[in-house]
Amino acid sequence: MRFKLEARPEPSRRMGYLSPVLAAALTIVAGFVLFSALGRNPWQAFYTFFVYPIHDLNGVTELLLKASPLMLIGVGLACGYRANVWNIGAEGQLVLGAIFAGGVALHFQGSESALVLPAMFVAGAVGGMLWAAIPALLRTRFNTNEILVSLMLVYVANLLLSWLVHEPWRDPEGFNFPQSKQFTESALYPILLAGTRLNLGFVVALAAVALGYVFLNRSFLGFQLRVAGLAPDAARYAGFNAGRMVWLGMLVGGACAGIAGMGEVAGPIGQLLPVVSPGYGFAAIIVAFVGRLHPVGILLASLLMSLLYLGGEAAQMGLNLPSAITGLFQGMLLFFLLASDVLINYRVRVVRPAAAAPAPAATTA
Amino acid sequence: MSGAAVPRIELRRITKAYPSVVANQDISLTALPGEIHAVLGENGAGKSTLMKIIYGVVKPDAGEVLWEGRPVVVHNPAHARDLGIGMVFQHFSLFETLTVVENVALGLAGNPPLAALSRRITEVSEKYGLPVDPRRLVHSLSVGERQRVEIIRCLLVNPRLLIMDEPTSVLTPQAVRKLFETLRLLAGEGCTILYISHKLDEIQALCTNATVLRSGRVTGHCDPRAETPESMARMMIGKDLPHPQHGLPTPGVARLTLAALTKKAADPFGVGLEDVHLTVHAGEIVGIAGVSGNGQQELLAAISGETLVRSKLSITLCGVAVGRMRPGRRRRLGFCFVPEERLGRGAVPRMSLADNALLTAHRRGFVKRGLVRFARVRAFAQACIDAYNVKSGGPDAEAKSLSGGNLQKFIMGREILQQPKVLVVAQPTWGVDVGAAAFIRQKIIDLRNEGAAILVVSEELDELFEISDRLAVIAKGRLSPAKPLRDTNVEEIGVWMSGMWPGAKATVDTPPGAAEVPRALQA
Repeated sequence: MRFKLEARPEPSRRMGYLSPVLAAALTIVAGFVLFSALGRNPWQAFYTFFVYPIHDLNGVTELLLKASPLMLIGVGLACGYRANVWNIGAEGQLVLGAIFAGGVALHFQGSESALVLPAMFVAGAVGGMLWAAIPALLRTRFNTNEILVSLMLVYVANLLLSWLVHEPWRDPEGFNFPQSKQFTESALYPILLAGTRLNLGFVVALAAVALGYVFLNRSFLGFQLRVAGLAPDAARYAGFNAGRMVWLGMLVGGACAGIAGMGEVAGPIGQLLPVVSPGYGFAAIIVAFVGRLHPVGILLASLLMSLLYLGGEAAQMGLNLPSAITGLFQGMLLFFLLASDVLINYRVRVVRPAAAAPAPAATTA
Repeated sequence: MSGAAVPRIELRRITKAYPSVVANQDISLTALPGEIHAVLGENGAGKSTLMKIIYGVVKPDAGEVLWEGRPVVVHNPAHARDLGIGMVFQHFSLFETLTVVENVALGLAGNPPLAALSRRITEVSEKYGLPVDPRRLVHSLSVGERQRVEIIRCLLVNPRLLIMDEPTSVLTPQAVRKLFETLRLLAGEGCTILYISHKLDEIQALCTNATVLRSGRVTGHCDPRAETPESMARMMIGKDLPHPQHGLPTPGVARLTLAALTKKAADPFGVGLEDVHLTVHAGEIVGIAGVSGNGQQELLAAISGETLVRSKLSITLCGVAVGRMRPGRRRRLGFCFVPEERLGRGAVPRMSLADNALLTAHRRGFVKRGLVRFARVRAFAQACIDAYNVKSGGPDAEAKSLSGGNLQKFIMGREILQQPKVLVVAQPTWGVDVGAAAFIRQKIIDLRNEGAAILVVSEELDELFEISDRLAVIAKGRLSPAKPLRDTNVEEIGVWMSGMWPGAKATVDTPPGAAEVPRALQA
């Protein structure tokens, strides 16, 4: 007996929805195996990783706090991905958003004006869009590959931030640590729930999900993006401008990532540091795909991904496991998702050895 | 062949049901060695399913296949090829980024040296009159040329049964005659040919036996030579065939003008356009004939705006110079276009019919403040489905779930219901069954009678002679003068297809596919 993958006559809609669920379940099962192999009690490890982090209000608000940038960036990326515009550099666009917003915050240091925060918001979006405009320009002008360009710009952005906090923007009273001054109150997102770190950024992310839903599923521009992604020739035939679709996909992704970067420095961090994101820009790619490029799916996927971040931290503290555990789980989730996605277009069929035998010789004589 | 020959292939009570439809019901068919046997039926009659069963692509639910007298179960196409069965599919399976010879090599066992294979391809293509350059990349080939590659690929392995699924849909009459010579040659060598088609005149000219299918059942056997097209059509569609009503043209103002339209070929193997002049008036249908790959694609893309030309003055649409305008702005002037490729260009395969209606008809008030008014789009799609008798699961059915003919009716409907001032149609009835083809042609004529200017580019001469008011020929990127239909005939147009019309510049090269024309005309 052996198994055979057989092409389905048409892609299974049900598997489209089930595949992320299956991937999440397989990730958890693999986690069990992994914890056992590391000599930990798998049940206890499971509890520490997936349940303990959200067992109280503080945990839940941390979950939402970390999910906010993920869903924000994920929705932005989905706009591009639907049009086959592969922006892999959201992490760099996030950093640029943080730099632009941080620059505004530092410039208005000490100001009580209520306009500082909105200005940072706009600056963050502009920063992210500028960084995304580079691969968009190169692709529409010179037909470069936006995957490579956007990815490489991540490292440029990180070095730019590093230089800024080491040199011009370093806090003179910061004991020579590479960090900027702490932002004043007016440059920080208001806290939503006293005693927690959950801030207005969560509302911004939810708003992005709602806007993303309207844009992708109800608007004519979103329709054009989908056509460009599904059938480029049909888009050209209908007169949709392919270059414009690239620009739109890249800029929306860049703006969302930039706003997410602004939300980090105006939220839990409160200043500029050499590193402002634990890889949200990359994790959001996984979020976008686990969420099937659909805003509601992305909302759910961002919660799962956020839990992996929190679980990873808890596993470091409670189980004495290395910090790489977070990346490991993210990787497993994406791996299982891609594997499960095969089932959308194929089904598994069990082949009995007898039926698989070659044709009898008599028939070919 | 002795009269007592064992049948090459015999099907006994073949039945195949799909979840939604019974494709084949109790079908029996026998073909002797050297016989050219027609399998006749409309789209969806079950012809393709039956052939796929013989070729091992589909397994029957019941019934028996006998190959040279012995029962066989054909497991897969490789097994079928081992038995000596070759098939030329209606839809091509070629890799666009590979060359012709690389594509052919992929279908052969082992790892044949490409240089030797190229020579074999050239040999076979010359022997059977199917000219194609083995070094060309497939993406630069026209549909007709791609089909030649598929036919050559089959002939390379010397099959004893050759299944041809609608092989002539993109060939000129002369090329069809040449292909028929090829097929008769093959049959004379003892090869059995199963010839699937809905073109009755072709079947009459070629086949010695026919099995007629309707809705998955055999509705008759006949000797096509003893039948009339009308009698076979009745067997095939169950009623008499409607003929389009034409009437005299009443040409009005010039709506579409091409003036000295020149465009360099986009790729080294492509065809450029050279000094093309043409005027299409309101209330007339101008046809453009030509062997595929002579610049039709380039001409259509230039008119539609999918590629822009250097001078804005070389194309005028309703009095506006549009050479530099993008497709969307041309459509705003009242331009509509039905392209040759339905899936992927004329329609998005994975989108619903409603979404596909939105694709080009969105200017009919379907978008308000940037948001799509889905109710209106659905209503339009439904109207299109009703008016054009599109067999589908409704506005929510995915475009790719429709048969080719039904999708074509939908796309035609979508474009015509926008009441265009200028309609350009490529291959209006390619692969469409006779009933639907007559319907589509009638709709084109109706639109002309309402005063639209219509340009039809087709590789089917019969069709052009049926609907055009004036006819021009494209060869090697040049366009002949457009002649009123009453002043010309099939033979003259056939000669023009080789680029030899009065006043044509002398050329050293012959256009692609022209080589067989003079010979075929002598035949």
